[in-house]
Amino acid sequence: MEQYALEMRNISKLFPGVKALDNVNFKVKPKHIHALVGENGAGKSTLMNILSGVYPYGTYEGEIVIDGQVCAFKNIKDSEAMGIAIIHQELALIPQLSIAENVFLCNEQTDFGAVINWNKTNTRTLEMMKKVGLNEPIETKIKNLGMGKQQLVEITKALAKDVKILILDEPTAALNDDDSKHLLDILLELKEQGITCIIISHKLHEVTKVADEITVIRDGKTISTLVKGVDEITENRIIIDMVGRELVDRFPKRTHEIGDVCFEVKNWSAYDSVDDTKLVLKNININTRKGEVVGIAGLMGAGRTEFVMSIFGRSYGKKIEGTIIKDGKEITIKNVNDAIKHGIAYVTEDRKNAGLVLIDNIKRNISLTALDKISKGIVINENEEIRVVEEFREKLRIKSSSILQKTGNLSGGNQQKVVFSKWIFSDPDVLILDEPTRGIDVGAKYEIYTIINELTANGKTIILISSELPEIIGMCDRVYVMNEGRIVGELDKEEATQVNIMNCIMQSNQEVYHE
Amino acid sequence: MNKLGNMLRDNIRQYIMVIALVVVIVLFQILTEGVLLLPLNVANLISQNAYILILAIGMLLCILTGGNVDLSVGSVAGFVGAISAIMMLKWQIPVLPTIIVSLLLGLLIGFWQGFWIAYVGVPAFIATLASMLIFRGLTLVVLKGTSLAPLPGGYTFLASGFIPDIANRGGLNLLALLLGLIASVFYIIRELSIRKNKRKYGFEVSPLAFFIPKIIGILLIINAFSFTLASYKGIPMVLVIVIALVLIYSFVTMKTIPGRHIYAFGGNAKAAQLSGVNTKRVMFWVYANMGVLAALAGVIFTGRLNSATPKAGVNFELDAIAACFIGGASTSGGVGTVVGAIVGGLLMGVLNNGMSIMGVNIDWQQTIKGFVLLAAVGFDVYSKSKSK
Repeated sequence: MEQYALEMRNISKLFPGVKALDNVNFKVKPKHIHALVGENGAGKSTLMNILSGVYPYGTYEGEIVIDGQVCAFKNIKDSEAMGIAIIHQELALIPQLSIAENVFLCNEQTDFGAVINWNKTNTRTLEMMKKVGLNEPIETKIKNLGMGKQQLVEITKALAKDVKILILDEPTAALNDDDSKHLLDILLELKEQGITCIIISHKLHEVTKVADEITVIRDGKTISTLVKGVDEITENRIIIDMVGRELVDRFPKRTHEIGDVCFEVKNWSAYDSVDDTKLVLKNININTRKGEVVGIAGLMGAGRTEFVMSIFGRSYGKKIEGTIIKDGKEITIKNVNDAIKHGIAYVTEDRKNAGLVLIDNIKRNISLTALDKISKGIVINENEEIRVVEEFREKLRIKSSSILQKTGNLSGGNQQKVVFSKWIFSDPDVLILDEPTRGIDVGAKYEIYTIINELTANGKTIILISSELPEIIGMCDRVYVMNEGRIVGELDKEEATQVNIMNCIMQSNQEVYHE
Repeated sequence: MNKLGNMLRDNIRQYIMVIALVVVIVLFQILTEGVLLLPLNVANLISQNAYILILAIGMLLCILTGGNVDLSVGSVAGFVGAISAIMMLKWQIPVLPTIIVSLLLGLLIGFWQGFWIAYVGVPAFIATLASMLIFRGLTLVVLKGTSLAPLPGGYTFLASGFIPDIANRGGLNLLALLLGLIASVFYIIRELSIRKNKRKYGFEVSPLAFFIPKIIGILLIINAFSFTLASYKGIPMVLVIVIALVLIYSFVTMKTIPGRHIYAFGGNAKAAQLSGVNTKRVMFWVYANMGVLAALAGVIFTGRLNSATPKAGVNFELDAIAACFIGGASTSGGVGTVVGAIVGGLLMGVLNNGMSIMGVNIDWQQTIKGFVLLAAVGFDVYSKSKSK
């Protein structure tokens, strides 16, 4: 009989009214990287929460066996004692503390049981950091590190707890390609050192690259376990298992004609919001046409979000200069309200913190951008509001119990549909979409793309920012490449390939170097 | 059956404070051997608590913006009361202009606070703590440490006057009874139309087994209340003011654009801002509004005491804040209702009044109120964490 590092046998978990997990079997071999994939809401997080003791023993059915030993975790401490560490999508680091302090938080290296031994703390931190290839002074504060390095600190922290099974939930969702690649390399190295990894990810190309085995779950059930070298592992195969049907094309086709230029930004420059001596956006020129999807590609930190936010009612930046021309006329935008009035909408990259009022219901969120459209004077016509919002719920297929459901309780994809609804409701001509499909599963992504196509078919123009190059390439009619706060390339649909986009960035880096 | 159970549970959570209020009233009615609900005492209860209720309404808006409070309302109320007394007694200005100027003064003070909080960015806690000290000091300065009394009858009417009756039969105030009936009719019509609307859009409505007793219960309370008032001197002026404010502010918070903007701002400031809500303006006007209501509370309190004293308004802010939180407002903003704040205020008022009648020492009253606040918010936090 084969020995497993971890076996979860016949796990079932009931929530009031929902069976989140139904007889799930999940077996991980030692020193393997095992990927767990599935659509949002398929039960991946629930399964991992059971494993890490968030849902204590007794609240679920089935058993957890680690190295042949049956475990009954009452809390997270219990699972940590068995060498299980979970790194959540939202990192659990304290920004104001140093790397060393974070690594040994709640696991302090002490003398006499209470006094922190800093020498021990520091040397051990350095030791662990070497293992993950993190080269930073240990006294660096977390807030001064990029997302990629913060992720490495999290892994360091797990190593410091003598982790045997490391669980990573969407570790590369917020990382650019370089950082993602580095992180995945680290995982392969940790595997060599004898650590078992479970990785949850929507990025299938990464999964297929690093995973030794892949378990797909759908609607709380195990659908398949694919083994590298035995089964044929392709993205397509995984997607079929995930959604239960074949997605013929991940990017729906557009057929309509592209119109005239309707939106232009000229000679746009801005300084940093905090440090107004630092020039962040450097003389940017872009234009978009009616019915066109224009992409802005670039690495993390290229200034894409800063650029669109500075356009959208000066929500970012100081000493902003430049002109915005819409339908041939120059317009001035001083605040978000002006932007909305001039028909510009911005779907933020951070839908939980900046896109939605999570404690409010769907209705209130959708109507917020244009309350005056459904009001007489300052008094809101609630019947009209309900009618409008119901229309959106139906049209965009927002899965919910009613329009009075709190947006905080919706899945990521449905939350994003609420954000789209609220901006479509404001009736914009220009929609700026910042990472519109981040953290959303394949099925919901397809629906979002369909919405984008419907919008462009109605003559709207879309500016699409995305860190996923396949998305940019699949969706855009034209792509601007941005690097270090400037536009370094413009590629039309035929030219827009991963290689060309990266070339634009690399060349501009060299130019900067030679300057 | 399960659905009915769920419905009942949701509704009980929603009405938990109302139920607590009823329990407290019944309890003290028994403990005080019926004194609590004597017509004279009910009129007393109203005039004793009106200014706290008025402050609680304004305070609720502050809290909605994100758990911000206004610590200066007591001092502002004292200061405005002092100024109004000086205007009438020293400068011989008639009552009506005095009241108008007092409210405008409150608005100005509100602008001052709003400016520092919304546009300069001083945390509300600090800005209003400063104002608390400033206006307490100024009250002492303008009154030179002494009291001013007595005040003109027109001025004290706001606080302790009664609406003249239309006709009186057998010692019962007809106007009060009539208004009670009118209120009942309006209440029934409103409930039915809400229900009809909910049905129309396919939302869940409470089962009849719950709906009908609720209606009957509320009708009984309204009419018992108007009967009690009728058997004393009728409708207190200050009650008219409070009810008008409750209706206006409930409407503003629930049915208007500024109301929505306040909730959205408190729920998620960043998201609200990126949706076109002018968050600075919201903050500014919430504090400007608080200034006016603080001034009104000052006028009413001064009228009730029939004198302006340097100590007037001390600790009002704490009662108003407690009322909001007992009434279900969230410390992180975005959650809470005007009616909730009023219920919270009444709960504390009844506690105060009941304990006073029973002869409980004032020190113990404070202690008990403290525990009630802790229990109310503790229960709220607990039930929320349970429902997740």
